Amino acid sequence: MLSFVLIIAASLFFTGIVVRTKSICSGRKGPGILQPLRDVVRLFGKGAVYSPTTGWVFKAAPIVYFASVLAAVSVVPFGKSGGILSFEGDFVFFAYVLALGKFFSIIGALDTGSSFEGMGASREALYSMLAEPAFFMIIGSLALVTGYTSFEEMFAALHLGNPMSYALAGLASIVLLILAMIENSRMPVDDPKTHLELTMVHEVMILDNSGFDLGLILSAGYVKFAIYTALIVNLFIGTIPYGYSIPSFFAIQFLAAVIIGITESFMARFRMSHNPQFIFSLTSVSLLVLFGVLLLSGNFR
Amino acid sequence: MDTLRMHNGDSVAFSTIPVMDYHCFSSLIVEKLSSGTASVRHCVNYFGYPLDEELRLVIAIADDAMHDIEVFSCRVPECAAIQSVAVQVPALSRFEREISENHNITFEGHPWMKPLRTTPDDYPFYSIDDEELHEVGVGPIHAGVIEPGHFRFICSGEKVLNLEIMLGYQHRGIERLFLKKKRLIERSVLAESIAGDTAVSHSVAFASLYESLCGFKASEAALWARTLASELERIAIHTGDLSAICGDVAYQLGSAVYGRLRTPIINFMQQWCGNRLGKSCIRPFYTPYPFTAEIAQILLTTLTVYERDFVEMGKKISHFPSVLSRLEHTGIVTLDQVSEIGAVGMTARASGLERDIRSSHPYLLYGNIDHRPILKHHGDVYSRTQIRKEEVLQSVGYIRDMLENVPDFGIETAITRGVAGAAADKADTSANAAAAVGANSAAVNLGHAVAPGMFAISLAEGWRGEICHCAITDSQGEIALYKIKDPSFHNWTALELAVRGNEISDFPICNKSFNLSYCGHDL
Repeated sequence: MLSFVLIIAASLFFTGIVVRTKSICSGRKGPGILQPLRDVVRLFGKGAVYSPTTGWVFKAAPIVYFASVLAAVSVVPFGKSGGILSFEGDFVFFAYVLALGKFFSIIGALDTGSSFEGMGASREALYSMLAEPAFFMIIGSLALVTGYTSFEEMFAALHLGNPMSYALAGLASIVLLILAMIENSRMPVDDPKTHLELTMVHEVMILDNSGFDLGLILSAGYVKFAIYTALIVNLFIGTIPYGYSIPSFFAIQFLAAVIIGITESFMARFRMSHNPQFIFSLTSVSLLVLFGVLLLSGNFR
Repeated sequence: MDTLRMHNGDSVAFSTIPVMDYHCFSSLIVEKLSSGTASVRHCVNYFGYPLDEELRLVIAIADDAMHDIEVFSCRVPECAAIQSVAVQVPALSRFEREISENHNITFEGHPWMKPLRTTPDDYPFYSIDDEELHEVGVGPIHAGVIEPGHFRFICSGEKVLNLEIMLGYQHRGIERLFLKKKRLIERSVLAESIAGDTAVSHSVAFASLYESLCGFKASEAALWARTLASELERIAIHTGDLSAICGDVAYQLGSAVYGRLRTPIINFMQQWCGNRLGKSCIRPFYTPYPFTAEIAQILLTTLTVYERDFVEMGKKISHFPSVLSRLEHTGIVTLDQVSEIGAVGMTARASGLERDIRSSHPYLLYGNIDHRPILKHHGDVYSRTQIRKEEVLQSVGYIRDMLENVPDFGIETAITRGVAGAAADKADTSANAAAAVGANSAAVNLGHAVAPGMFAISLAEGWRGEICHCAITDSQGEIALYKIKDPSFHNWTALELAVRGNEISDFPICNKSFNLSYCGHDL
């Protein structure tokens, strides 16, 4: 339960911090940290407009997407305190409940019949497919090293006595951070600020969503960021007391947001055809983690 | 057959333009413009002029080697069907479409006879019938605050096989307005509105054309002010474009820095002439806003601060891998392609074709400057970015040189304020009456009369490329025809060619690297 509250709390600020960091880097004042939240609140107060070409899929998609993200949050633990749900193999549930949400947002986009949204949907599907092995390689390695298959037991058992394991956790957090950027359509894979439909990935899929539905999609996006960072936090906090772990949770969330903001400020976006290479390279970093784990556990002969 | 040779900014009696039959005319065109001559000659304007129940087709071909413009014409009956030369000279394709659209002439054998400035619902788009391909239509309403135009892509996955651009949504009938609006002030404002981002260069072309029609010779000081304004416009718009290019590859630093750098330049324009885009800065016959020593000092200070940051940012984008990977090898137009389609200006120069009116047909004070056009050879987005960067620095250099001896506007100002001012006041009160009777009254033209029966042509190198204005006056000295050609007219084809084989997600950056004008094309 604690993790759920913390993740929701962090998600309220995360995107605002990213945007603010970008503004400061470009010499502007920028909107307040809470602006994304205000946007969502405003959207929740509105009705939605539906195109006559869309059917029930388009209406269901935002709800399923939002629900899938909340379901994913429920299995993420926080140190000693487990998630709302916890069972054997819940990391598989985590990955595929998110994938279910993404599947619905993809078919929702296809439902509009717009050629833009079809393009965005195909890109999003490709990138998710390429990002999946990296996630499983990382979490699979953790399962291997701890001998458990639920997030809660895995992180609780992850006693990092060995300097080598800190290195592995470092690698894993880089992978998770970049995965968060890909899953949330941030730079360098996607540019959330662009107005150019032809270059968009995620943004173009939600062009037809409005009002309440758009609010759901945006808020699910904010939460998603915080989830991945919460996984990173879990790699390090182990069983330290809440007095230290809760502040460090927020510190790491803040740091991740600032890193993303700075990355977006000082580099250009990738060419679309380079994205698959980039995303797939994450899998090779995850392989390093896997080999490291095999070495540590002495299974590598 | 002989052609009439004239210089940039000349006017001649319309009757001296050689007239031939269409067969001779077309074979002469093919001879002059056939492939391989692109580096020497190109067509700057080709239009129809209805005269005595017939259509006169007039073509103006600029000869860069001889530094003059060849003009010749032919007579064709109204609604005639004539043989197209677009296959032999693809650069004329758009001109023939325009003549066909305006004058109901049928060009037989034209490979791409489609509407140019009208937007019918059943526009005959090129299409390929294939299960594996898909079409993407973009516009006419776009996501940004830009002008309308429809883009139809045929894609195989992410790769663009073909792009077709349908324009005409911005058609305002500006050439006809030039005939209808008879006051000089109205015409000046019209010239500024042909393309909002090229207000200065279009005004320069209009002013020299109008002055030459009136047999007026602008003072050195006026020419100086016009040259300065043209170069300032180039700096401002190029800088804004660099910002937009960085914005399109999501390079926030470049976008923010170039965006900030554009502001002091356009703010200076406002300090000088009261308008950030240089509107009202240039008027035929007089200089409304004389340049003073104090303004010169402000400009020098502005440029010093500007140049330091501009150079630093320029170094950054030319060495930053993540930006380079987006710009290099993207949107390539080859030298052969730009020569064939008759591309002009920066677009042509970025592909290695030396085409710059400032050096080939000098006007204003460019004859004294010894302008050397900057050439790039790859024809990709990066070349078009680099050429902007270098042209800005070149222009800054020219302005510094010019500021060393600011001409004396004193006497002219007195005349301006006295004669022209009074005339302008008078014009304001009496011009409506004058316009009603259609008289070519002196009051309308600040004391200058347009000569009857003339043909005038003026070329100017705007930041985008060559601008051509032509006018024909009738026996009463009224303007009977006003033809405008914005560089976008040729260069839209270059964009269509540039995106072929590229990813569709690179279209915006290709588009931005040309930054063509919709209203300049649509008129």
